[in-house]
Amino acid sequence: MSLNRNDIENIARLARLELAEAEIPVYVDSLTRIFDFVGELDRAPTEGIAPMAHPLPGLAQRLRADEVTEADAHERYQRNAPRVEAGLYLVPKVIE
Amino acid sequence: MAQSLPEPTVAALARGLAAGRYSAVELTRACLARVEAAQPQLNAFITITAEAALAAAAAADAARAAGRAGPLTGVPIAHKDIFCTSDVRTTCGSKMLANFVSPYDATIVSKLAAAGTVNLGKLNMDEFAMGSSNETSHFGPVRNPWDTARVPGGSSGGSAAAVAARIAPAATATDTGGSIRQPAALCGVTGIKPTYGRVSRYGMIAFASSLDQAGLITVSAEDAALLLGAMAGFDPRDSTSVDSPVPDYAAALDAPLAGLRIGLVREFFEKGLDAECEARIREAIAVYEKLGARVQEVSCPNLPLSVPTYYVVAPAECSSNLARFDGVRFGHRCESPRNLTDLYSRSRGEGFGAEVKRRIMTGTYVLSAGYYDAYYLKAQRVRQLISADFARAFESVDLLLGPTSPTTAFEIGAKVDDPITMYLNDIYTIGANLAGLPGMSIPVGFAGGLPVGLQLIGPHFSEARMLNAAHRYQLETDWHLRAPAAFA
Repeated sequence: MSLNRNDIENIARLARLELAEAEIPVYVDSLTRIFDFVGELDRAPTEGIAPMAHPLPGLAQRLRADEVTEADAHERYQRNAPRVEAGLYLVPKVIE
Repeated sequence: MAQSLPEPTVAALARGLAAGRYSAVELTRACLARVEAAQPQLNAFITITAEAALAAAAAADAARAAGRAGPLTGVPIAHKDIFCTSDVRTTCGSKMLANFVSPYDATIVSKLAAAGTVNLGKLNMDEFAMGSSNETSHFGPVRNPWDTARVPGGSSGGSAAAVAARIAPAATATDTGGSIRQPAALCGVTGIKPTYGRVSRYGMIAFASSLDQAGLITVSAEDAALLLGAMAGFDPRDSTSVDSPVPDYAAALDAPLAGLRIGLVREFFEKGLDAECEARIREAIAVYEKLGARVQEVSCPNLPLSVPTYYVVAPAECSSNLARFDGVRFGHRCESPRNLTDLYSRSRGEGFGAEVKRRIMTGTYVLSAGYYDAYYLKAQRVRQLISADFARAFESVDLLLGPTSPTTAFEIGAKVDDPITMYLNDIYTIGANLAGLPGMSIPVGFAGGLPVGLQLIGPHFSEARMLNAAHRYQLETDWHLRAPAAFA
């Protein structure tokens, strides 16, 4: 399979990644090669085989009771935030 | 190079500390001197925490004086920079997290601290653990102490280089597709990736959540047993943590190997394996036969599909996990965003390096409408076939042995332009991650002056048997005690 410039721009948009102009041909080339490589999977006979999402047989994701177990620590967490005011994360205006 | 450590292994250092031959503060000073001296050559550390290490060492000495010392009290270690440490920055090798100071400790960081170990600092790694050569780190490549023109392997390259150069007696590490075992092999040290769910992943920055597992890089299997005992166990904070008792790994080390059934995976020896590396692997297998193990060939016919399977599953999970880096709550944020989409896209475009972006885009594509069945579901089905191959093999053998890596360490820059060539470094290690199995790599000699690693793969939760088999080999040989001359 062969990807083109439009494909890469579309994937980057979906992934919310701004690419520099010089990066685009690099990813056109390397993603094309990656998808050629993973295309090998087509030759594996998988009719009737269940998809495997968990690596341990018979185990699924454990759930817990929906109870409050953590204390409020938002000030501590927000020390890592690029912009905070009055306990709120600041972002550019969303609604004009 | 600064003065060498008084003993090479955690086990021997623990005995030296217990006997009062040196204090934890003296030992920590000796390690820190070596860490500082090796940093310009190896670049193994991203952050060195000298002051905190000396304070922890003083606390360890005080605990010993008060009669409260445990078996690991005062032993210096270092953490891969993927594990969150409160009050010390945690970068994951990325510009995205260059200034991130975690509000909490990873569970294994707390457990190892509670066991009395002293943390020397945070080790370099491939960015977000995505790489097999440690060349994708935002903080520069790590160099292999056996030949500083060569890579240490990855993604736990800093962990492997630090232990190989005897600057940290042991290091934590993580393994999603071979990131503990491959650098352990390339640096001539011991590495263990436990069973999926055996060790808590709380506070370990996520890459591919159905594959990631925390483990160790050490000089010896005995050291790995001592430290794994302190790290492993159920953690309610990790929803994939398995609630099953932790055996006494150290107590199981000496069991004889007579009657051990060893399988050699035919597909691991078919093509691509360097001839001199294969010779070392065959010699190691002969040692196991001498110890009473019975060796037979087994076949895992779907295993050759493990690399393409992984490069669908892992990028898919990575694209989802790394969606959290949005420039809003933590991490890099671009200057003067025009709107919210611009904030997301430029923060991520600037904060992530080339390989991370490649994997996010690969994963985004395989999960996108119209391609999900063809790529993602198909790969999940092949994963089931690979897992079934292993299960069938373990009906007739106790352990699988084979190479860890197809070659010895390659030169820095040799594979950076071709992602597929780089990805194929993990051809022998990825299968264990897809099936959730424990794996190890132990040093078994040299090819062209560079270390060769033997891989052991066991059934789920067979760490005790695997460590036992590795330890018995290390009682017969001294490859694990060889250190690079430049760092002796």
